[in-house]
Amino acid sequence: MTKFLDLTLSGISIGAVYAAVALALVLIWRATRIVNFAQGAMLMITTFIASAVISSTGSYWLGFAVALAAGLVFGAAVERIVVRPVENAPPLNAVILTLGLYTLLVAVAGMIWGNTPRSFPAAFSLRGYEIGGTRLLFTPNDTFTVLVVVGVAVILALLFRLTSLGLQMRAAAFAPEVARMLGVRVGSMLTIGWALAAVVGALAGVLVAPSVFLGPNSFDPILISGFVAAILGGLDSPPGAVIGGLVLGIALSYVSGYAGSALAPLAALAILVLVLMARPGGLFASARERRV
Amino acid sequence: MLATEDLTTHYGPVRAVDGVSLEVAKGSVTAVLGANGAGKTTLLRTITGLATPRAGRVRLDGEDITGLAVEDIVRRGLAHVPEGRGVIAELTVEENLRLGGLWRRRDALPADEVYELFPRLHERRRQPASRLSGGERQMLSIGRALMARPRVLLLDEPSLGLAPVIVAQLMELIRRLADTLDLAVLLVEQNARSALSIANRGVVLSLGRVVADQEAGHLAADDRLRHAYLGF
Repeated sequence: MTKFLDLTLSGISIGAVYAAVALALVLIWRATRIVNFAQGAMLMITTFIASAVISSTGSYWLGFAVALAAGLVFGAAVERIVVRPVENAPPLNAVILTLGLYTLLVAVAGMIWGNTPRSFPAAFSLRGYEIGGTRLLFTPNDTFTVLVVVGVAVILALLFRLTSLGLQMRAAAFAPEVARMLGVRVGSMLTIGWALAAVVGALAGVLVAPSVFLGPNSFDPILISGFVAAILGGLDSPPGAVIGGLVLGIALSYVSGYAGSALAPLAALAILVLVLMARPGGLFASARERRV
Repeated sequence: MLATEDLTTHYGPVRAVDGVSLEVAKGSVTAVLGANGAGKTTLLRTITGLATPRAGRVRLDGEDITGLAVEDIVRRGLAHVPEGRGVIAELTVEENLRLGGLWRRRDALPADEVYELFPRLHERRRQPASRLSGGERQMLSIGRALMARPRVLLLDEPSLGLAPVIVAQLMELIRRLADTLDLAVLLVEQNARSALSIANRGVVLSLGRVVADQEAGHLAADDRLRHAYLGF
């Protein structure tokens, strides 16, 4: 019973990280119809920056804030410099560019910081909670991770639903030409979308780094799971991404706990295939079609 | 108010708009008529900045707006209701309207005035626009354009797919808007008879060229033009 509880809770914790990565992918997909394969490398860079700030100042929270700020700038810069020039080309061009960017960033990180993974501090204690004499695997830091991701998801939902900026971003995503005809600066909306996505990605990076260590390639598995989570959620729906991440995190936690961790990647693939067979649009896809 | 001078726009290899000059005065309706493929939609898209002209100018109040970005043209007081209505189906009626007036900030038309004009929209304001009927979408699209208090209104085939009774009401409304808001209206229509019934001037396009530019009454009375280009 303790094992079941442990697996469920750690599934929720890692699922929250998948959810954040999925959210970053979904934000960009919604805005520009591009799957950002560089997302993993971008959050790796921002996490390295956080690591550098933490080791030179000794302040975890300063590093945390710098990572998010770096994500904001980085995301906007990537949209302006890498994506904007191919805006009117077929979307595949931009996707290939993000793959190229991934390779570039991994190489650059290796050159600057080396390829040996290093440790990364956690915000809160990594000792599990104790309930009635048994110590759980779930730690205060896991609580922090889950709360932060849920908080970010709620803030994003409110931004999209309630603010003028959110309304313009949605309009720009659904119908860019009509949005422009209503005076919406669609280009700026895309930049903001990329910037927000990169912030969420950066957040996922600092949250998961204590458990995967920090190296140029250490976030690749997280990105793949985040990608699966985004597709589970329908790729188009931010709430879907969050739920997809949590579902995937819990499911993979059970698989590795009860059947062996070697099976987890296979299980992710199996879940993806099953869901796509049953519901090609994803579990939470807004099923309505675009009507003109 | 709005004028084009020798406007020429290519659509792929085709010269879709070929040296078109026309004017729309304040408080007046100019109907642009012609068959499918005559270049009517391309003309509107060029005026709004969605298509780039090879030659010629577009002037708004004398200012040359040729080549400006769509967003900037719109922010000078031009509203374009696109063909197929351009309602954003994923947003609610309310959100569509709000979007129309956003760049005006506090000076936007209060949504209540649009609801007064179109009570149906008020009943359905919280529904996604995808649930609206064709006529309701047309109302929403026009209402949304009005939210920014435009001075110039471009309408692309507003009667498309609507029942004759609704078309008549719509034309009456367009006339009323031009009169009460002092709007300059450029109305693209295939339904020449209804458009001419409310227009001050009629411009007939054929293969991108202006073949007639007359007072609407004269145009409707010219049998030769009517038979050759307008099909009624």
